[in-house]
Amino acid sequence: MPQHRLVAEDVQKTFGATVALAGVSFAVAPGHVHALIGENGAGKSTLMSILAGATAPDAGKLTLEGAPFRPRTPEEARRAGVAMVHQELSLCPHLTVEENIALGAEPARLGIVTRAEVRRRALAALERVSGPSRDAQPRPDARVGDLPPSGQQLVEIARALALPHCRLLILDEPTSSLGSDDVGRLFSVIRAVCARGIAVVYISHFLEEIHRIADDFTVLRDGRTVGAGALENVAAGDIVGMMVGRAALQLFPRSPRTAGEIVLEVKDLGGAVKPTGVSLTLRRGEVLGIAGLVGAGRTELLRCIFGLDRVRHGDLRVLGFSGFRAPPARIDQGVGFLSEDRKAEGLATGLSLAENLTLSGTAPLGPRGLVFPRRRRAAAERWIRELSIRAHDADQPIGELSGGNQQKVALARLLHQDADVFLLDEPTRGIDVGSKAQIYELIDRLAARGKAVLLVSSYLPEVLGICDRIAVMRRGRLGPARPTAELDERAVLMEATGA
Amino acid sequence: MSEGNRRPPDVADEPSATPAPGGRPDKRRIKRLLAVSWLGPVAALAFVYLLFALLVPETFARSTNFVTMARQTVVVGIAAVGMTMVIIGGGIDLSVGSSVALATVVIARALNAGAGSLTAAVAGVAVSALCGMFVGGIIALGRITPFVVSLGAMTILRGAAKGLAHEQKIDADARGLDGLLGVLPEGTSWMIFPPGVWIFVGLAALFAGVLRYTRFGRHVFAIGSNERTARLCGVRVEATKIGVYGLAGLLAGLAGVMEFATLTVGDPTDSIGLELEVIAAAVIGGASLLGGEGSIVGSVVGASLMTVIKTGSTHLGLPNWVEEVVTGLIIVTAVALDRLRHRAP
Repeated sequence: MPQHRLVAEDVQKTFGATVALAGVSFAVAPGHVHALIGENGAGKSTLMSILAGATAPDAGKLTLEGAPFRPRTPEEARRAGVAMVHQELSLCPHLTVEENIALGAEPARLGIVTRAEVRRRALAALERVSGPSRDAQPRPDARVGDLPPSGQQLVEIARALALPHCRLLILDEPTSSLGSDDVGRLFSVIRAVCARGIAVVYISHFLEEIHRIADDFTVLRDGRTVGAGALENVAAGDIVGMMVGRAALQLFPRSPRTAGEIVLEVKDLGGAVKPTGVSLTLRRGEVLGIAGLVGAGRTELLRCIFGLDRVRHGDLRVLGFSGFRAPPARIDQGVGFLSEDRKAEGLATGLSLAENLTLSGTAPLGPRGLVFPRRRRAAAERWIRELSIRAHDADQPIGELSGGNQQKVALARLLHQDADVFLLDEPTRGIDVGSKAQIYELIDRLAARGKAVLLVSSYLPEVLGICDRIAVMRRGRLGPARPTAELDERAVLMEATGA
Repeated sequence: MSEGNRRPPDVADEPSATPAPGGRPDKRRIKRLLAVSWLGPVAALAFVYLLFALLVPETFARSTNFVTMARQTVVVGIAAVGMTMVIIGGGIDLSVGSSVALATVVIARALNAGAGSLTAAVAGVAVSALCGMFVGGIIALGRITPFVVSLGAMTILRGAAKGLAHEQKIDADARGLDGLLGVLPEGTSWMIFPPGVWIFVGLAALFAGVLRYTRFGRHVFAIGSNERTARLCGVRVEATKIGVYGLAGLLAGLAGVMEFATLTVGDPTDSIGLELEVIAAAVIGGASLLGGEGSIVGSVVGASLMTVIKTGSTHLGLPNWVEEVVTGLIIVTAVALDRLRHRAP
């Protein structure tokens, strides 16, 4: 039994009447990647904010290398050598890479920053994460805001490693904004970090990712530890079983669907940069999947169709209307668009659940532009019931809901506006398995009822699981749509990467 | 002397066989030029100056007019140095105008009480600096939005100035303070500008250096860019904010000294609306009201640009309203161009 780097014993935390952690125990060994698994609401976030010093536990014991560990602020946790890389990166976009790495601990003489030393430390930290090769390394004098998400993440990890004695690195959903080639690079970074004896806590919804990178795992459910062990001895199905508390569930339901008339026809569509010359047809009663790498132009394709992005050339017919129109006209025509960026674009985080849900369809809420709060609430309550959205009531601020429930609200908006053509961009990004299953079920129900769904997703099992046909996009071009039965993950990935 | 974040030449010129994803080297050079946020305002200033010099060469282009314009920029310029720091840190200070007026009143009363010119000036600056620290303290410790706190301070300080002056102008013997911005005495024409202008230039250089080269300065940028991250990394956010508003108050006080030098009276109703001119100078100079961006050089250029337009319009015989419309258009255009610059590849 190796000496554990961090041990948590029976940690408890309640917020008002809700019990977030009912007793969680887990232990992380130095040089190991420890996966923390659980649905949203299982208590992962609370546990992480306790480790990172943002929340104090009510009861329980935390020890870091044998010594009691009770950080009162994130800064204290960092000084103790526990650094967290958040899902939403916390960097200063206006500062350079080296300034971000040195932030708060700038070497200075009489208050004047010694820039050569800043540069030296930054290069050392960057080398620690990406090896001596400078190809994949961001330039130390580049503005962080100009870097792609993968580069920013690297900077954030480098900043954690630049701490004088970094002992534990917590990565929260680190791959959610990365393409698959960047994921590979991140994994080699994580392995390099482990090789230095640093313990890594890895939080992710992607089980196959966890199998690739992690050594041990702990599963949380309803604020308790329900399973732990070494990953090599456990099958993915068993982990899912522990997460949901029942046997591996039927993730991808499939009702009988009949393809009807063509409702969306795109010919030679070209956007500002991407896509370049895309053609496709979508029928009622089918789910057409667009697979591909992040940055292939899939999001831009959906945005061009919905009128959010500029179109340079091409033809478009949707539900009998031809030509390119702005979003308000599209919504009237019966097109619904779900954004991939729930926080920044998909939902208005300051508004209530009901306001968000009815934002694109206020006409039935009152005559002549009036909006009656009672009707709005009634409309929202209908969808809260139908989609089993978990919320206190329709007027609850949307920000208080879990990610999965927020996403259900965003989807319910398209149902409320009575769309016929659904443009869904990464509909299950960053949400828990239970909510995913419910969203798959909803998409299946839509197709069975004769709606048309155009689905963009980077998660291949889901594309293969729920789509009738799949087309692969690469560098702005869309390949032919083929029946799902003819494809498997390997074939799609080969086409997406051009291998 | 730019305190933005751009790559120093020593690294950009290092031999690299494979150019950065930015593209060919000449493309990168353009990109680097575009990254210099105050370049646009400088070009605009040069253009407007030459335009007026061509239109009214006999009066506008004279060197005495140049000195006059420099003198007229001092008050707004010094206050803009402080405002730039506040805006980079993600804040705003609406109390500048009132703070300047309060400083003139304090100076006048100090002089009338028998204080020497230096003592009086220090008293005025100290009062404004303390007010700034107080405003910063409420913003930082009370976690109240800067707009509201400084809006309140604007009224409070204005009221205090009026109370201290018993609601009237206070005449005082300037005891040489007027020399700061007056006509240079015989035998000192080698100075070209009156001392007040040089003080302004020195302050701008000093604070540009502070922003670029000190921990304090870099922390101001970090707080404006992402306050929560700055806190996480151990930046003392509260202390830094109090420092920023305190320095802004100090600079407002110095602007008050310069204002007194021009007026030679303590006037509690002076400088109403000055804060908007000061904010405009910073914004024309490339400061972002969202924080994290801005430069002292830019703000100084912004303040100069407004003076040039004002003076040029007068020399051209244009009515006041034309000058106001043009200044407004320039503010909006500057920000629009700045957005374009950010979007440029």
